Amino acid sequence: MVARAVSLPGEDGPTTISPLTRMLRRAEVGAAVAAVAVFVFFSLVTESFATPGGVATWLDSAALFGIMAIAVALLMIGGEFDLSAGTMVGSTGLIVGILTTHSGVNVWLAVVLALVFAVVVGAFNGFLVMRTNLPSFIVTLGTFFVLQGLNLALTKAIIGQVAVQGLNAVPGFFDARWLFGSTFSLFGTAFQISVVWWLVLTAVATWILMRTRAGNWIFAVGGAQVSARQVGVPVLRTKIGLFVGTAAAGWLAGMLQLFRTSTVQASTGVGQEFIYIICAVVGGCLLTGGYGSAIGAALGALIYGMTYQGIVFAQWDNNWLKAFLGVMLLAAVLVNTYVRRRVEVSR
Amino acid sequence: MTSTTPAERSPTTATALLEVEKIGKSYGQVHALRGVSATINAAEVTCVLGDNGAGKSTFIKILSGVHPHTTGELRVDGRRTRFASPRQALEAGIATVYQDLAVVPLMPVWRNFFLGSEPTKGIGPLRRLDVAFMRRTTRAELARMGIHLRDVDQPIGTLSGGERQSVAIARAVYFGARVLILDEPTAALGVKQSGVVLKYIVAARDAGLGVVFVTHNPHHAYLVGDRFVLLKRGVMVGGYARTELTLAELTREMAGGAELAALGHELARTDPGTSPPDRWSETDPVGSGPHGLRPLGPPPPHRDIEKESQQGVDT
Repeated sequence: MVARAVSLPGEDGPTTISPLTRMLRRAEVGAAVAAVAVFVFFSLVTESFATPGGVATWLDSAALFGIMAIAVALLMIGGEFDLSAGTMVGSTGLIVGILTTHSGVNVWLAVVLALVFAVVVGAFNGFLVMRTNLPSFIVTLGTFFVLQGLNLALTKAIIGQVAVQGLNAVPGFFDARWLFGSTFSLFGTAFQISVVWWLVLTAVATWILMRTRAGNWIFAVGGAQVSARQVGVPVLRTKIGLFVGTAAAGWLAGMLQLFRTSTVQASTGVGQEFIYIICAVVGGCLLTGGYGSAIGAALGALIYGMTYQGIVFAQWDNNWLKAFLGVMLLAAVLVNTYVRRRVEVSR
Repeated sequence: MTSTTPAERSPTTATALLEVEKIGKSYGQVHALRGVSATINAAEVTCVLGDNGAGKSTFIKILSGVHPHTTGELRVDGRRTRFASPRQALEAGIATVYQDLAVVPLMPVWRNFFLGSEPTKGIGPLRRLDVAFMRRTTRAELARMGIHLRDVDQPIGTLSGGERQSVAIARAVYFGARVLILDEPTAALGVKQSGVVLKYIVAARDAGLGVVFVTHNPHHAYLVGDRFVLLKRGVMVGGYARTELTLAELTREMAGGAELAALGHELARTDPGTSPPDRWSETDPVGSGPHGLRPLGPPPPHRDIEKESQQGVDT
């Protein structure tokens, strides 16, 4: 290095930052506090919430939403939305269902083909968004309707009804079920395998975000795309990768539901896309991109799962869930906006 | 280690890192820039001055490889070159710090510092960012530029404008820049912050870099410049070494001498004694008009610049 040391006056020396400040700066703090509050609340209000059986129930609920919420959170940090993520759960389930029960395709091959389909649709979403410079909200809204229509129309045209059944009669079904639909025992209670997928995915997504180049690029393309491009970040590759990620997560959620129930409805997943976004936002993701965490999104899903099942345990009217979700979303957005303003204000 | 003032050093003995000769750029029939010749030496600051639309951005785009030149010659270390992409210019050691600084405000300083060129360790799925090295290097490189951050984990958006500019400069230096092009680094800054940035320009110069300082402010340019290239409506109207002109001359050249005189006549009131009451002065006791324009004449005893600019925005 040619540079010589140059000292300039008028700067403060380095001082240490307190661990508390460091912790409060994290995106997922709000969600963690809210999750504890929700847990304590339902543990007090209902008998079975804090029992192993209760935990297994709401963890499973949280897992299915969490898998999607994590992928959606990564995409949101990258500055984009995917409204087609929910219908992808249905599409991939239907592909496997129809290919195996109707066309006699091997289960594993069908599972792989469904994944290929998801990847292609995700890449198409990403490519279209980047090429046209249209908001991803609009592009994926289009994909959402196309998939929703195809799910119903093609299913009806091929098998004459709107639900695929009889998967457990297909050879090899129970092999695949071990991977996607089995349970494991812990504290004498059966937990769904989806919980494991959820935890693994949270860990992998956090690793990618915080410790890899790709993670750095995801934050950068969401925070300031032009700047990212100027310093050599592969913007197109990063964004397409994120869209492929949400589509692939849709495939995983689709497989988890399909192999557990051995049936799939043509309308599966419709209307869920906003719940994923809410989970991500409650977990600290900014709607404008560039900020958020995978752990936060997982916590957002946990809050959703606990509330969803907690209301059932308490035997309340299920409609309270929606009202609660709305309040959570508003509170989270207000907190996030406050955080962002504090971060962006120049000294 | 001693820092010298520009006048004390002899610019001619330095090796030319980058030379342009009668360089120009046309977009079809439109000449965006014509006939610019300049030499950028190591450990020198070359100022490119011009009004809006003078061709400063086109000049930067040629040097940084964003748009290749269409006429003239560009030489790096004496060899004729033509940059087809910003990447090529970077590889030749020419780094550009744009006005928006190419930083991501919400990301920590250390992530911004290495963005796009992140060092990693480990292989396969364990290949990961070398976070400790990134943090340490960021802190050390910034300290070298005289910035001592409390915390390299703070989002870069929380730094002051001058500090952000300095991080961008430090980053360019660290990644091997020999020529540093700064696009209007002081344009959006206040007096104090501009001073900070000018110090870093000098620091980069003393570190042996050839600095191209693009600005429309002759006062800032004269404080640090060794050479001055003046552009006007896409044509080079003058090239001077520091010894060849004074600040007053530079300012006059910049303002466009004759044009300013004409403007003075236009703005001067034909008959101050009988003119109707100044409509600005009704709302503004200081007498400043919108956008800081004031009728020519004896200046008021006290000018509150802060207040003026605020009122300029309000009107």
